[in-house]
Amino acid sequence: MTTGSEPAERPRQRVLPAPTWESEAFWKGGFDGQLLIHSCRRCGRFFHPPAAACWRCRSTDVGPRPASGLAVVAAVSVNEHQWHPGFEPPYAVAIVELDDEPDVRLTTNIVGCAPGDVRIGMSVTVCFEDWDDVSIPVFRPLEEGRR
Amino acid sequence: MSPLGGKAVITGIGQSETGRRLGRSGQSLTVEACLRAIVDAGLEPDDIDGIATYPGALSPSPGFSGAGSMQLHDALGLRTRWHMGSAETAGQLGPVMSACLAAATGAADHVVCFRSVWESTAQSGGDRASAISRGPSRAGGFLEWVAPYGAMSAATWVALLCSRYMHEHRLTREQLAQIALTCRRHAAGNPAAVYREPLSLDDYLAARMISTPLCLYDCDVPCDGAVAVIVSRADAARGLRRDPLTVEAFGHGVSERHTWDQRRDLTTMGAHDAAAAMWAQTSLTPADVDVAELYDGFSYITLQWIEALGFCAHGQAGSYVEGGHRIALEGELPLNTQGGQLSGGRLHGLGFLHEACTQLWGEGGERQALRDVDVAVAAAGGGPIAGCLLVSRRQGRRRRARAHAPK
Ligand SMILES: [Zn+2]
Repeated sequence: MTTGSEPAERPRQRVLPAPTWESEAFWKGGFDGQLLIHSCRRCGRFFHPPAAACWRCRSTDVGPRPASGLAVVAAVSVNEHQWHPGFEPPYAVAIVELDDEPDVRLTTNIVGCAPGDVRIGMSVTVCFEDWDDVSIPVFRPLEEGRR
Repeated sequence: MSPLGGKAVITGIGQSETGRRLGRSGQSLTVEACLRAIVDAGLEPDDIDGIATYPGALSPSPGFSGAGSMQLHDALGLRTRWHMGSAETAGQLGPVMSACLAAATGAADHVVCFRSVWESTAQSGGDRASAISRGPSRAGGFLEWVAPYGAMSAATWVALLCSRYMHEHRLTREQLAQIALTCRRHAAGNPAAVYREPLSLDDYLAARMISTPLCLYDCDVPCDGAVAVIVSRADAARGLRRDPLTVEAFGHGVSERHTWDQRRDLTTMGAHDAAAAMWAQTSLTPADVDVAELYDGFSYITLQWIEALGFCAHGQAGSYVEGGHRIALEGELPLNTQGGQLSGGRLHGLGFLHEACTQLWGEGGERQALRDVDVAVAAAGGGPIAGCLLVSRRQGRRRRARAHAPK
């Protein structure tokens, strides 16, 4: 499935999120270099997307907490079709599972390598793209031996 | 057992003119389909006292909704006792389930259920990409989590899940292709289908990728068209034109988180929850199903429905459809006999129930399944969105049995 294309660069444009009360930390944490994922202060576990309660134990004592930023690719698609004028294909869209809590997944982009080189099971680490008032978490391959 | 208790039946179906860029309004297509269904049932518009539709009048992208429930109400001068129109239900078939509940409880006697789209005409100024990018400048709701990453189409969301299934369960593109190829073969027998010319495996494998592993032929085709189904209270259906079809059970269940990417097993979908809920309502089993009309907005979703409904074990959908023999008209599970949405056009869900009824009434013509069709399943929705219906002609069969009983 290798496309042989150059590593994806920052797109000219992204459709930016409209942060909510719950999601604001997720979209701003990158300005401080932090991947902020909601977690539960009762059961101690992360969950995503952020919400007003922990879906596992129903506690409402929840809030953003820094995650390690390490993750594993669980699913990947090389998007070849242009859906947005400022976002040139091909680019790799992936679902990654956080090392901190493997059943917490983010849909994201894998950058810093050819889209066709992304593999399920690949270790990745978070990096951030700043756009206006939000900092978008994306992931890049983790060098061998860095885990 | 079913909360419907056999008290909700289907008495008529209708489909408007269907095709690419018809240059007609969504409302005109809606009215055409609904009037046809009313006539098909042997009813008059004045007999209709309920309306149910997906997604309602609000259209998130051009042509996605042809009309809301009250636009039909006003256009036809109906007088109703019950109505609904919403996308917050068990997928595109959810309103039919609501209509069944309304009919079974006597809240309405005859509910016209419809789904209308005119995406082909509404988006003819540009391609779908431009239609999507004309949306709001900031992504909210569920799109907040995907649109920033260029994953703004369900093509990509489904592709991600398909990639995981291929990885875990060794599904091949050649196996996946059988959905598109089967739909195209069946569309040849459907005069209303959008694409009817032959499609080969080579054509499929050579097609451009949309979002790997899904290629162009794994994605359905936007069209203009409307479908309507009349759901009636069984007692009110006596003496109508057709043998009523019994809605045996419906799958409306959601037993995991309603997201595309947080489900415990990424190689399952909401379809698994809905199917389990449906089978819990009936003594019928997958072995009783004679035809399956399963959503194919993207081909991989059909594979999900096949295993979710229990036609094969989890992870075996690829080998189940391999070669296409089982899912052909002469096979053990004739699939998407009208050509699905891949070749028939994206009528968006309700077309599968329309076709299930066509097969149960034996009116498929060139595309009629070769086996006797007594039980059919229709399913719609992908990812977390899912709903399914089990429909039979048991009432008609009883009637025929009585007619032939020795005196
Ligand atoms: Zn908790």
